Amino acid sequence: MRRFALIAIPYTWLLALFLVPFLIVFKISLSDIALAIPPYTPTMKDGFAALIQGLDFENFVFLTTDDLYYKAYLSSLQIALISTFLTLLVGYPMAYGMARAPQEWRATLMMLVILPFWTSFLIRVYAWIGILSNEGFLNQFLLWTGLISDPLTILNTNTAVYIGIVYTYLPFMILPIYAALDRMDDSLIEAAEDLGCSRLSAFWLVTVPLSKNGIIAGCFLVFIPALGEFVIPSLLGGSGTLMIGKILFEEFFNNRDWPVASAVAVILLLILIIPIVLFQRNQQKEAEA
Amino acid sequence: MKRLSPFNVTSLTLGFAFLYLPMLLLIIYSFNASRLVTVWAGFSTQWYGELMRDEAFLDAAVVTLQVAVMSSTIATVLGTMAAYVLVNSGKFFGRTLFSGMIYAPLVMPEVITGLSLLLLFIGIGLDRGILTIVLAHTTFSMCFVSVVVSSRLVSFDRSLEEAALDLGCNRFDAFRLVTLPIIAPAVISGWLLAFTLSLDDLVIASFVSGPSSTTLPIKIWSSVRLGVTPEINALSTLMIGIVAIGVISASLISKRSAVRAQQDARAAERSA
Repeated sequence: MRRFALIAIPYTWLLALFLVPFLIVFKISLSDIALAIPPYTPTMKDGFAALIQGLDFENFVFLTTDDLYYKAYLSSLQIALISTFLTLLVGYPMAYGMARAPQEWRATLMMLVILPFWTSFLIRVYAWIGILSNEGFLNQFLLWTGLISDPLTILNTNTAVYIGIVYTYLPFMILPIYAALDRMDDSLIEAAEDLGCSRLSAFWLVTVPLSKNGIIAGCFLVFIPALGEFVIPSLLGGSGTLMIGKILFEEFFNNRDWPVASAVAVILLLILIIPIVLFQRNQQKEAEA
Repeated sequence: MKRLSPFNVTSLTLGFAFLYLPMLLLIIYSFNASRLVTVWAGFSTQWYGELMRDEAFLDAAVVTLQVAVMSSTIATVLGTMAAYVLVNSGKFFGRTLFSGMIYAPLVMPEVITGLSLLLLFIGIGLDRGILTIVLAHTTFSMCFVSVVVSSRLVSFDRSLEEAALDLGCNRFDAFRLVTLPIIAPAVISGWLLAFTLSLDDLVIASFVSGPSSTTLPIKIWSSVRLGVTPEINALSTLMIGIVAIGVISASLISKRSAVRAQQDARAAERSA
């Protein structure tokens, strides 16, 4: 009996507040917009038969006819891919440096990587507005050095979004790669060098393949949340920055079109299922190894 | 023998500069006398004063703390239960669905979680307010708690609990007296994680909050959309300061308890 309660309480909570809400989103994505409260039709009040009959895939057809959505999905994918790659470029050398640092520094370095993760996400994104704006610190600095004569426009472009994503998700990339590199046996590198490898080719042929699972985990941990990101494109991106999280938010709050917003959410989730499944398979492989 | 190459040193220096310079600039310019946020005009703490007099911010801070304390506490209880079930309960009906529901919210985009919860609350006619934010935050943060706690439970030696049961404890007492003290550090870090996630959340709270329950991130968001302001810089500095003190002292405490555990182990070895 007690075991039953132990399982039932968290189970019921998650069913009621995670699974059921999602089924509601799915149902509303099949409904039509209406001038009513709530603003869609049919609702539960119309009876079960009318409810089933009233549902259709109209909103999904609408999403394919308006190329705004199609472009937003593609551009979210593109922004997420590019920024994941950039995060890897910044994160790998840092993880590598941490793994080679003296043992007594490592705990401190680790804490320095995690600390920003505990500070407000919103504030960390906000900090970049003052840096990247036309009169911002970066432009002031570059003008002062004489490298440029006119301020660069970075804020409100996709470049600012890339910077924002790399900055906020960097810890997610560093930690799994560091964990993989930390476990690596250094004598393997020595063996490779003894056998005539140069340092660089020992790195490419031994270190990188051995940290492969860390790289994959880090990339997924950045790519998956970046794809649905809302705060960064809204604060740092411009009107031309199309990201699906932003579209969903605007569709819901500005256009009050709940059925279309729900359909956007359903498709975003369908797109995310592929990387999520791949990520879990990678984690499982890692756990078995 | 490992040695840091110049390349390692450069990448670490540049990397940490990249991580910390933006926050450092924010902190420095929160003490700027000028309202122009990128021009230095001398030291001043006037923006902190303005912030303290702004009641909207104070109200939002109170709401945020209430929500964070309640949701992280409920989430810790539920998450610990869920972790215990996942690790110890073996097979039961719907186990796959259960573990799926634990892991899915971790990667679910916030816009989808927020939208789906709002539609649920409207569907059942629950007015949006502090309660709805607490329910929403509890739901996603209990999953984080359960991941943190179950990673500790996996390495927990179950024979200790069985010994307690053999010695006459009931299941609950065995959990309370034996298991819980051992997994306590994980439970505490789970609570801290849930607390921070709740403090930090903007997107889900925007969906499920009502007009009378504005949280701090929502308040910050509405002023940040209009650009950089010195008051927000001051507020950010306070928040960064609190987090830094919290994280650094937590790591010092855990370091000290690790040292003590080592000493205890050595003492036990000697006496054995």
